[in-house]
Amino acid sequence: MSLYEFVLANLMSGISIGGQYALIAIGYSMVYSILRLINFAHGDVFMLGGLFMVFLAATFPLWVAIPALIILIVALGFTIERVAYKPLRTAPRMSVMISAIGVSYLIQNLALYFTGGLNRMYPNIPWLSDPITVLGVTTRRVTVVTPFLVIALVFALVWLINNTKIGIGMRAAAKDFDTSQLMGIKINSVISMTFVIGSFLAAIGSILFFTSFPGVFPAAGAMPGLKAFVAAVFGGIGSIPGAVIGGLLIGVSETLIRGLDVILGPANLGIISRPLELATFSDAFTFILLIVVLVFKPTGLFGDKPTDKV
Amino acid sequence: MLRIEDLKVNYGGIEAVKGVSLEVPQGEIVTLIGANGAGKSTILRTISGLVKPSGGKVFFNDEEITGLIPYDIVSKGITLVPEGRKVFPDLTVLENLKAGAYLRKDDIKPDIEWVYSLFPRLKERSWQAAGTMSGGEQQMLAVGRALMSKPKLMMMDEPSLGLAPLIVKDIFDIIKTIVAQGVTILLIEQNANMALQTANFAYVLEVGRITMTGQGKELLNNEEVRKAYLG
Repeated sequence: MSLYEFVLANLMSGISIGGQYALIAIGYSMVYSILRLINFAHGDVFMLGGLFMVFLAATFPLWVAIPALIILIVALGFTIERVAYKPLRTAPRMSVMISAIGVSYLIQNLALYFTGGLNRMYPNIPWLSDPITVLGVTTRRVTVVTPFLVIALVFALVWLINNTKIGIGMRAAAKDFDTSQLMGIKINSVISMTFVIGSFLAAIGSILFFTSFPGVFPAAGAMPGLKAFVAAVFGGIGSIPGAVIGGLLIGVSETLIRGLDVILGPANLGIISRPLELATFSDAFTFILLIVVLVFKPTGLFGDKPTDKV
Repeated sequence: MLRIEDLKVNYGGIEAVKGVSLEVPQGEIVTLIGANGAGKSTILRTISGLVKPSGGKVFFNDEEITGLIPYDIVSKGITLVPEGRKVFPDLTVLENLKAGAYLRKDDIKPDIEWVYSLFPRLKERSWQAAGTMSGGEQQMLAVGRALMSKPKLMMMDEPSLGLAPLIVKDIFDIIKTIVAQGVTILLIEQNANMALQTANFAYVLEVGRITMTGQGKELLNNEEVRKAYLG
């Protein structure tokens, strides 16, 4: 494999995994902007997306399993909000956060109980997992499809937020609950809608992610969830384009760091004579990147700038 | 049109409203004046459903609406222009107006034009983020946004707060125009002078109780009112 092919292959898989992070990150970001809550259970909902698919695909054909999975995950996100967060609407923010941590562990423990903690193989989705050669690089189709699907979904979402009534409701509620209610906006419906959208994107994300990395286990949502959260903060929590840029940056940089030894090594650029073995630190690097960004721009790349006057 | 009987509200552990009764007849401007902390805002927030009363009843066109949620209150034709304007800062002027018409399913274009004709300044700024406008413009937007729900009763909480006297005069002129077009107004103000000049009828509220009532002009000349609120 030439250097060009190696770098291109790494970039493609970096963009792809970044897009998958982005889909999860949007869920964190939207919920945060409306409730000021970091929904710790979001990564675990994503993991359940993988786990449910394992069971659904064992029983049903894929054309039933995929829609059923999306509906199940959306219903789950909706239910978590109604059961664990809505009763705490007037409670201090810290209480809701603790509730979110509780839901996160509950989901992980239930998954552990029902699977016995074994690594389950994610089903092969024919079209998505087929090999395909692009620009001389052979990869799976999911790697190529992900960025386009992410872009399409993000455009649809941004359109929804900017042009529909529920979109205005969401943006209004994100600023001021009381005044939104005075307009007749039902806060609870708007919040539910936010969870529905976030869970929908997490379900799509889980299909793409686990097709690329087919092992599903109870803690499989933890690391992608954490990175997606970092992506959301990195891009400026509350901003949807920010979440996407953040996800892509993290995906690409962690993939390139893993490939750094090969790129710089004797076989290619020849800058280093023995491996740096930075791959071990690729996750740590993600967080260093976050710290650096936050030091210079505490609100993230596209963070809310206050427009309040008077 | 609006009738309140013996309304009691607890707010933050204290009884902020201690049995208030008042009435707002159709097509008039009624004002509620009183010092800071007298309970004026709490009364309006209770009528609009943001706060639940601990006692008493609220009637709108002889139908009891006590304790309904804001969604139902807005549907019945009652709207509140909140204290401090509270426009949505990162929505554009036009989007703020659309938010005001959130519950409506009919065509809102004629009403947007109507609001723009009342406040030509808003039309010029229709694509501007509301948070970047001056306080006076934001107040106009807050009133316009409230009108977008096609209210029968519009309640206004301190519309003159923090505005220059010239702009305050504009706002009160607009209030008269709105009433002439058939909207009933319940206005609360610390700026008693302006409120009493504009209102048909006035109530004076002191620490949660009505202490005086009368025609606006009448109270304007009342010795006690002059001493307490007009300096």
